[in-house]
Amino acid sequence: MKFIGKSVEKIDGMAITTGEAVYTDDQCTESYLYVHIVRSPHAFAKIESINVDKALSFRGVESVLTYHDVPNVRFTVAGQSYPEPSPYDRKILDEYVRYVGDPVAIIAADSEATAKKAEKLLRIDYDVLTPVLDPKEAEMSDSKVHPESDLSVHFDFGCDPSKNLAGTYEVGYGKMDEAFESCDVIVENEYSSQAQAHAMMETYRSLSYLDAEGKLTIVSATQIPFHVRRIAAQALEMKEENIRVLKPRIGGGFGGKQTIATELIGALVTMKTGKPARVVYNRKETFSTSSSRHAMHVNIKIGATTDGVIKAIDMQALSDTGAYGEHGWTVLMVAGHKSLPLYNQAVAARYRGKVVYTNKMPAGALRGYGVTQAIFAMESALNELADKLGIDPAELRLKNIIREGDHNPILEGSNEDAAAMLQSCTLNRCIEKGRELIGWNEKFPRQEMGGSKVRGVGMAITMQGSGIAEIDSATAEIVKNSDKSYTLKIGATDMGTGCDTILLQMAADALEVPLNQIEVVTGDTDNMPYDTGSYASSTTYVTGNAVLRAVKDLKMKLKEDVLLPVMGSGTFSGNTSPPPFIAGFAEVEVDTLTGQIALLNYVAAVDCGTVINTNLARIQVEGGLVQGIGMALYEDVQYTSKGRMMTDTFMQYKVPTRRDINDLQIEFVPSYEPTGPAGAKSIGEVVINTPPPAIAHAIANATGVHLRSLPIKPEDLCMAIRHNNAQNNSRVTLIPDLIHEIRMS
Amino acid sequence: MIIKTVINGKTRTLEFEPGESLVSVLRRNGHTEVRSGCDTGSCGLCTVWINGKPTLSCATLAARAENAEITTIKGIGPEGESLAKHLVAEGADQCGFCSPGFIMTVIALRAEIKNPTEDQIKHYLAGNLCRCTGYAGQTRAIMNWLKETSHEIHR
Repeated sequence: MKFIGKSVEKIDGMAITTGEAVYTDDQCTESYLYVHIVRSPHAFAKIESINVDKALSFRGVESVLTYHDVPNVRFTVAGQSYPEPSPYDRKILDEYVRYVGDPVAIIAADSEATAKKAEKLLRIDYDVLTPVLDPKEAEMSDSKVHPESDLSVHFDFGCDPSKNLAGTYEVGYGKMDEAFESCDVIVENEYSSQAQAHAMMETYRSLSYLDAEGKLTIVSATQIPFHVRRIAAQALEMKEENIRVLKPRIGGGFGGKQTIATELIGALVTMKTGKPARVVYNRKETFSTSSSRHAMHVNIKIGATTDGVIKAIDMQALSDTGAYGEHGWTVLMVAGHKSLPLYNQAVAARYRGKVVYTNKMPAGALRGYGVTQAIFAMESALNELADKLGIDPAELRLKNIIREGDHNPILEGSNEDAAAMLQSCTLNRCIEKGRELIGWNEKFPRQEMGGSKVRGVGMAITMQGSGIAEIDSATAEIVKNSDKSYTLKIGATDMGTGCDTILLQMAADALEVPLNQIEVVTGDTDNMPYDTGSYASSTTYVTGNAVLRAVKDLKMKLKEDVLLPVMGSGTFSGNTSPPPFIAGFAEVEVDTLTGQIALLNYVAAVDCGTVINTNLARIQVEGGLVQGIGMALYEDVQYTSKGRMMTDTFMQYKVPTRRDINDLQIEFVPSYEPTGPAGAKSIGEVVINTPPPAIAHAIANATGVHLRSLPIKPEDLCMAIRHNNAQNNSRVTLIPDLIHEIRMS
Repeated sequence: MIIKTVINGKTRTLEFEPGESLVSVLRRNGHTEVRSGCDTGSCGLCTVWINGKPTLSCATLAARAENAEITTIKGIGPEGESLAKHLVAEGADQCGFCSPGFIMTVIALRAEIKNPTEDQIKHYLAGNLCRCTGYAGQTRAIMNWLKETSHEIHR
């Protein structure tokens, strides 16, 4: 293999770094209408009346659209394969507004200033309703976030708007009660994680126009061009063939751009006016009116024998999907499916979950997709269990984890008759390697540093998947041109991760030609083969396999003597979703007087199968870790008591800066995945999962305080330490109520 | 209002509404290489040089650019490209959206601090956010670039 396993440079690298006009908004011209969205000031209200006459007659205003002007169609904005497992609970504009920021009207004008002046001329009367803000109260609340009668689903996934339920899920095996009876030690706690923001640098944006043939063209920074085309056709009552979606370079996605944000609004304006329209969310809109991670409360009960054999795991999740249900049920499902198989010794394992509607910004897809939330609970509980058992947490894991060749009934690929086999896994070696790199044996659990400073180390493990088995698919086409060059056409969407480059590496290796002999073509639904898009950790595994099949097909055809250009094509849809694994280790220093936490070192030992591109894989790990570190320590989401998000700029919502990040040590411990392209599995999502539990563990080891709600803030830690000292207990657990109590006293 | 300014060495006349930010006026006048990420002066994406000093163009009124010399990444020549090459070589380009503002700040850093330490680099660049790389790769790229170009500084 000439190119696989090398640090090939990204083919778009120089253009994107030196300021070439390669992103969506770089293509905008003066002829585009400025689109401004009028948003709800209320968390929950019904629009009684809305008068647009004055606004519409204001000079420079082209169009003012309200719920009266949109097709009477409900759909989902989740970028998922049809039929989507998300409720059809949205319209482009609706009579009800369900969170602060929900669109009320769309103003298209010649400038931002005009549009904003026109907004002041709108007369809107609201019937303000009581919002549902606490997910724990959603099911019993008298308020129904979706009172409409035309909400629909493709199949029964537990969606029941009369109970504010967007979905329910259950999976498991074994006899739970019996298993717990055989346990000597049981830990049961609730762990909560926040509605993390993607905070990609390029905010949501799209352009739309009619081309020379009158075809609706949408230029969008999207991870899902084909889903955008299908959903736009549905929402605008058009035919897919009359819509073309172009995807230029994307300024980061992290799952945010797997959900439609701006595209339908701009497209509606273009269809109504015939004119080009530009919708660019500012940072505030991106924080408060798009999507986020699903905030979750996860209750977990885990039991083991005194010698450290984990017998039973029982998890219950309550997920908050906010005002709309996109990705709600699938995030809920994935949380259980991609966490429970880690501990394969358990004779009984169960996961049950509910996802509820509330009157807050909708949640969607974010790197980790539920697994991050479940892993925070599961790994934190594991660490507390190790503590109770008096067993080294690394040893406890080595004793209980799933290993290559093991069968597990919850693993992807299982069916009622047979548990699937794990075909590639070096998790045990990852734990050993990571432990060595962090200096676990010398540092565990804590070191007094003098004064009020104390250091602690902590750990966590995780898995994820590689694509969505049996549902998502990719097709690749490769053409041998009349000269010696090749054209590789793919529908995957490089959002900065470098998938165009790694797919090129795979094709060049398989064809045994230099990289520069192949041109990669992508980003146009009219000219590229179908691909569900770049999400669910799919591009390396799913599109990669499609590329290899396309090359194989081309080689077959080239055996015949042909002079004309020849095309090979390949389609792949996995019947499994092989999990990558990581063992993560954190070392923190806490100032016990102030609660200040410094993350000194983070080690990640990674099994992503064959590493296709060493540099790009490493950056995926480093970037994902830092996003996870942000979730663990800094990224706080706060709402007012009336349901307005307060953390809607980078001044309030703190993502890590480079000063927060010290050493990151990455080590790959490759396995070989037999179903993967050249043995590869995914890398994109698994990387975000370990920091929250590993850092919480390190803090607990340093201070004796277990914080079970994210993010872990210095003030909360400081108060917990004081409380702990006052109680003179060696260990105390802190729950949000207790923090409140301490604050009040 | 109308002002005269010099952008990347060329004299330009800019017309805009009072109160408009420099970044939006620059972008409207074809300088799409200047990117915007936060609207609150928090992310560093929109960094340009005004009279040689790195400045956040989202937090600068366009009116302030009167008779000033503005430099964007398109105006800094091969120096920017040499740093970009190191970013790409590390794989730390990723989505690239923050890169122009980042590069403008790093080059200003080198002009201000001779042989900066890693700590000084982190401090100087604290206002340049990046959500893709986790920063470590960017730091490696800067270190490699400084090493490669150190003879130029001491010349």
